[in-house]
Amino acid sequence: MSDTQTGIAIDRLSHRYVPRSGQPVTALDNVSLQVPRNSFHALLGPSGCGKSTLLFLIGGFLPIQEGQIRTASGPVLAPGPERGVVFQNFALFPWKTVKQNVLYGIGKRGIRGAEADQRAQHFIDLVHLSGFENSFPAQLSGGMQQRAALARTLATDPDILLMDEPFGALDAQTRRIMQEELLAIWRDTRKTVVFVTHDVAEAVYLADTISVMSARPGRICQRIDAGFNRRAETGVFKSPEFIGLVEHVWDLVRSEVDEARQRSH
Amino acid sequence: MGALSRIAPLLIVAAFWEAITRSGLVPTDLLPPFSTVVVALVKLATGGTLWPNTVDSVARAAAGFGIAVVVGTGIGAGMALWRGFETAAGPLVQAFFPLPKSALIPLVIVWFGLGDTAKTFLIFLGCLLPVILSTYNGLRGVDQVLVWSARSLGATRAAVIREVLLPGAMPQILTGLRTAVAFSFLLMVSSELIIATNGLGYLIGSYGDNGAYPAMFAVILVVTGLGYAADRAFVALSSFLLRWRE
Repeated sequence: MSDTQTGIAIDRLSHRYVPRSGQPVTALDNVSLQVPRNSFHALLGPSGCGKSTLLFLIGGFLPIQEGQIRTASGPVLAPGPERGVVFQNFALFPWKTVKQNVLYGIGKRGIRGAEADQRAQHFIDLVHLSGFENSFPAQLSGGMQQRAALARTLATDPDILLMDEPFGALDAQTRRIMQEELLAIWRDTRKTVVFVTHDVAEAVYLADTISVMSARPGRICQRIDAGFNRRAETGVFKSPEFIGLVEHVWDLVRSEVDEARQRSH
Repeated sequence: MGALSRIAPLLIVAAFWEAITRSGLVPTDLLPPFSTVVVALVKLATGGTLWPNTVDSVARAAAGFGIAVVVGTGIGAGMALWRGFETAAGPLVQAFFPLPKSALIPLVIVWFGLGDTAKTFLIFLGCLLPVILSTYNGLRGVDQVLVWSARSLGATRAAVIREVLLPGAMPQILTGLRTAVAFSFLLMVSSELIIATNGLGYLIGSYGDNGAYPAMFAVILVVTGLGYAADRAFVALSSFLLRWRE
């Protein structure tokens, strides 16, 4: 894979930490992963498999102990605006309104005044939050807060979008709507996306490729092609192929959970 | 209705006070009747002593509080943000915390004499600890994810302190400042009682020494009223600053 085609290249990455009580934990063990540019990749696995740790390492939030992560901008050493992040609990600045939140990252890109305003409004409209520009996060539902967080990240125009179970805190109906809207936005913007989830159907629906991870130590044990995200038709959910792949991935995840359970006994 | 229900308990206490003194249940040389105190208050308020002493006291309390806010947020932020500074200053702060600051009054007189400096310094000391602790705890309590999200949006480390940690810690800091407001009144009165040159604490002490109990109670009412007003004003300011909270 040539460098211009690579969105994210992860090479033999390991990560250990010592919890407050006890033995060192190997959160990630020798993980290698290539995410092609403009593709949508899901990290799928049970809790404790290190998928969020992997995402935070790509984000530059945790120090890299062993191995390497590269993007088009070079090796990852620290957080950077070319890697936008959407967190499970939204991480909006609660003292800023929706618009002020969206303007924050725009301002960091050096855009000010009317141009910044216009840009903020564009992304607020894109995530269907028009009319809530001056609301504080505490006044919004969870789904609306996550829309605002998505707008804030998209407004800085990152090459890469890192999403840590972004819809995990939402109710089922809101989650479905958000998934559809995310796909629509992704089709327009073609960011390189890494999307952490433990929801099999969500991974199969959204991703080009899925890494199934195992726990203790965290490893990527299978890489699966999905690609339903590139189909234009509605009702993909009901197609036999979709249902078949969800079942297949489910079996993989289940066997990983069982194996991990046996290993830990 | 709201205002009435807030002052009703005060009115009941005043009426009870009046009743037990007028009926002779409590001798009036121990506790002058409320109405006598009010008359004394009106006399003081129209005379020339009360207001200059009030201005002296309030200026001292404000100066001690203000310096404590600047120094205390600085020390608290230093402890929260630099491990080395926390190691050095943490034990000192913890040891100093339970010490009643009024115990230092004799020492402070030796250091600063009987002027304004000694009293302002005592008020400053009294206010310092709640400011340090609330700043430290507030900054430490800011959600890590907010810092990460600011960094990934392009904020530098210095910008994170100003734009994320400080506003994130603001609810806790304001709670600490409210405690400091109360402490500033406490130290103001006790330092003026002991280092008696002027001020409301001095008036309370000297009227008491001279047996002018209605006037003494009147000054106590003034201190109480000022403290209450300062607290309400601070609460109003806080809820304005924290209007983003539901």
